[in-house]
Amino acid sequence: MAAPELDHKTYLDPILARYGHAALHLMQILREAQEHFGWLHPDAIDYLTEQLHVPRTKIEGVASFYSFFYLQPRGRYRVLFSDNITDRMLGSKALMDRMCRNLWVEPGKMSEDGLVSVDFTSCTGMCDQGPALLVNNIAITRMTEQRVDEICDLIREQVPLAQWPAEFFRVEDNIRRKGLLLEDGFVPGSALQAAFAHGPEGMLDEVRASGLRGRGGAGFTTAIKWESCRNAPGEAHYVVCNADEGEPGTFKDRVLLNGYADKVFEGMTLCGYVIGARKGMLYLRGEYRYLRDHLEAVLARRRERRLLGANVLGQAGFDFDIEIHFGAGAYICGEESALIESLEGKRGTPRNRPPFPVTHGYLNQPTVVNNVETFAATCHIALKGGAWYAAIGTARSAGTKVMSISGDCARPGIYEYPFGVSVRQMLEDCGAANTQAVQVSGPSGVTVSRAEFDRVLAFEDIGTAGAFMVFDDSRDMFEVARNFVHFFAHESCGFCTPCRVGTSLLKNLMDKLHNGHGSPYDFQEIERLNALLLSMSHCGLGHTACNPVLDTIAKFRPAYEVRMLHQEFTPAFDLDWSLQAARQMTGRDDSGAHLHNEEEASR
Amino acid sequence: MSKTFTLDGKDVPFRDGQTIIEAALEAGHYIPHLCHHPDFKAHGSCKLCTVKVNGRQTASCTMQAAEGQVVESETEELNSERRALTQMLFVEGNHFCPSCEKSGDCQLQATAYHLNMMTAHYDHFFPNRPLDASHPDFLLDFNRCILCSLCVRASRDVDGKNVFALAGRGIKSHLIVNARSGKLADTDFSAADKAASVCPVGVILPKRRGFAVPIGERTFDKQPIDAYVDTRIARKEE
Ligand SMILES: Cc1cc2nc3c(=O)[nH]c(=O)nc-3n(C[C@H](O)[C@H](O)[C@H](O)COP(=O)(O)O)c2cc1C
Ligand code: SF4
Ligand code: SF4
Ligand code: FES
Repeated sequence: MAAPELDHKTYLDPILARYGHAALHLMQILREAQEHFGWLHPDAIDYLTEQLHVPRTKIEGVASFYSFFYLQPRGRYRVLFSDNITDRMLGSKALMDRMCRNLWVEPGKMSEDGLVSVDFTSCTGMCDQGPALLVNNIAITRMTEQRVDEICDLIREQVPLAQWPAEFFRVEDNIRRKGLLLEDGFVPGSALQAAFAHGPEGMLDEVRASGLRGRGGAGFTTAIKWESCRNAPGEAHYVVCNADEGEPGTFKDRVLLNGYADKVFEGMTLCGYVIGARKGMLYLRGEYRYLRDHLEAVLARRRERRLLGANVLGQAGFDFDIEIHFGAGAYICGEESALIESLEGKRGTPRNRPPFPVTHGYLNQPTVVNNVETFAATCHIALKGGAWYAAIGTARSAGTKVMSISGDCARPGIYEYPFGVSVRQMLEDCGAANTQAVQVSGPSGVTVSRAEFDRVLAFEDIGTAGAFMVFDDSRDMFEVARNFVHFFAHESCGFCTPCRVGTSLLKNLMDKLHNGHGSPYDFQEIERLNALLLSMSHCGLGHTACNPVLDTIAKFRPAYEVRMLHQEFTPAFDLDWSLQAARQMTGRDDSGAHLHNEEEASR
Repeated sequence: MSKTFTLDGKDVPFRDGQTIIEAALEAGHYIPHLCHHPDFKAHGSCKLCTVKVNGRQTASCTMQAAEGQVVESETEELNSERRALTQMLFVEGNHFCPSCEKSGDCQLQATAYHLNMMTAHYDHFFPNRPLDASHPDFLLDFNRCILCSLCVRASRDVDGKNVFALAGRGIKSHLIVNARSGKLADTDFSAADKAASVCPVGVILPKRRGFAVPIGERTFDKQPIDAYVDTRIARKEE
């Protein structure tokens, strides 16, 4: 690959200028550099090193952490198939194979002419309209064989992305059931007016009275967070909106940001008012890059209407503005302290806690991190009061929850329910039939079996960040769990030993079972690993990484038992499998190129 | 009156701002650890130092000591989990102790002995990690790196150089050096750096000094690792 003599300075200078030559913005600088050049060339890194006054190791350390940064050429068209189980169920694997065949590329490798690469990526949040993929980080939905062929033609003819059919990029909201959050008619500014009438303390009292708990998964009481942050001393306070939405099967934040961005930004502004912040940041997952123009337009409109900027709505002394920061393909950056590291232009490694972000967050200053939906909900609390809000839902889970429903059902999409709704009701509403299981809250959540369909969504029963993936009787729950385990191994940040090594060991164990080498011994191993990850891991990713396996072992044991082909321990090593590389090199796959043993013959 | 917490039933005094492991080591009580080093800011990644504080597990190198804490460390439960972590570190890299210059001086090996680790238990990953022999005086054998980041902290915080850094993510995490070529020879690393002597395992090794101290007379041949609590390993050799 003889790269032409390139002047990286030409495209880097304006980017550096835009970000004030500050290493703090390294993530955004790298993203823009790459959007320009396709990958991060060593000469570009040399120049950034010099201009940002950081060691090269810093840039390489950051770039190599995130899936969407490339330190090696990856092709002018970079195709990434979403690898959530829902995409798989819709046939993504066969589509990817077809594309690779059409384009003569191997998955994960760049074509020899440097034109294209095709690979998998973690869930892209399009589960209700999959199979989905990203081309140069822009989402394409509803893949079919025909669409694969069309895309291959466009790539071969080197048609710029901007000229591809707009239909490819259409992302539907698919809102099927509206509650208070998704109802239309919110007047931008109205919640702020209401909050100003309450005053910062009065507004905090309303949030307290509402009983609102975080919608990002952990369900932490929002008022306590806001109050601790408000009371924490610091040079500046910050509001961060967590729109990383990395949990496979979750796509409700995408819809909230697409159709209800004003409400989300207004909630952030309210929070800024309460805690005394001047700056808010939206941390948006890289997969949602296509939302940027829309969101920037909403922000611009809000500035015009004085809903952002100096003296918001004429409120003397209350200055507030919002910036958008993009992630670059790392699920761990949804964890709030890793997210803050990423905002600061670093590797997304969870911090040691305490101290927590409410006292030592962004730039070590008091910071509130809330989910998109949490902020949106606070607008309604400002408008109608905490007591009104608290009356919705259940005693310990106030309000409504926006759910992303996908998988085996007639009407996948977005459903808003008051807390307390049963799994059975939701299955009925989305048109699910012969359901054997629902994965609530993604791989880190819980696998709900048929016997439990009367359980309800609520922090006191099934807590949830918003994913609801439906599996009918035709699905193999072992393969579902195996997909989730691969996800965790891929997304472990690698900071702590138990999760870095443990998730890979777990993945190997599940693959071993998949390959027919399982024995009861492996169950014990899985249980031991789970105990270790739970007690020793540094953050929630490691703590929950074994959940899908433990749940499916407990509830869908037959799916594992058919894989227990051995009574005694059997090594994972397979002589025939180890000849795979040789077969590939010689292009042979006939029976003479295989070793046969009795077990295989009897299978 | 100094403040105290209890460690396995024994009173341990501490000063404000000290972590549990700092106070424990200072008082002569060993808690297994690999990424902790008294001279550097805590990292908290290896998790070997995990203890139970008032019933909850947490890394003792990042947990501040507080009056009246009830800390458990030498329990069969914790030690068996620590053993599993140690086994994980062994299978993640390529550790052929008999041919390693660091054998007998290696904290990973000594910790494994301390925890009665008899086998690696898990299947080896056998990663492919080429050596870096580019530097005239030092060799980097990445096969043994346990990603403790001590060299990173030493180079950054003491030497003011940033020769080393962690790169990659997840199981692909690895150590890099500060040069476009990726070679130590092209960095400003020098034998006098703190980073040159801080590695707890056998990654950063001086050249042409093989087996100067014979096996059998090395640090942990003389005493097991838990006997070195008041003088840290790196200093002991001087
Ligand atoms: C591995 C991991 C991933 C997470 N991903 C997200 C996410 O994508 N979005 C989110 O809002 N919270 C996520 N969280 C939870 C956040 O750490 C944090 O609790 C949340 O953003 C707080 O907002 P809330 O109180 O409004 O829920 C994640 C946590 C962990 C441990
Ligand atoms: S538990 Fe996993 S994701 Fe969390 S810090 Fe440890 S390695 Fe990183
Ligand atoms: S080289 Fe040594 S000191 Fe550096 S991270 Fe690896 S094991 Fe730790
Ligand atoms: S010594 Fe505490 S985590 Fe490594």
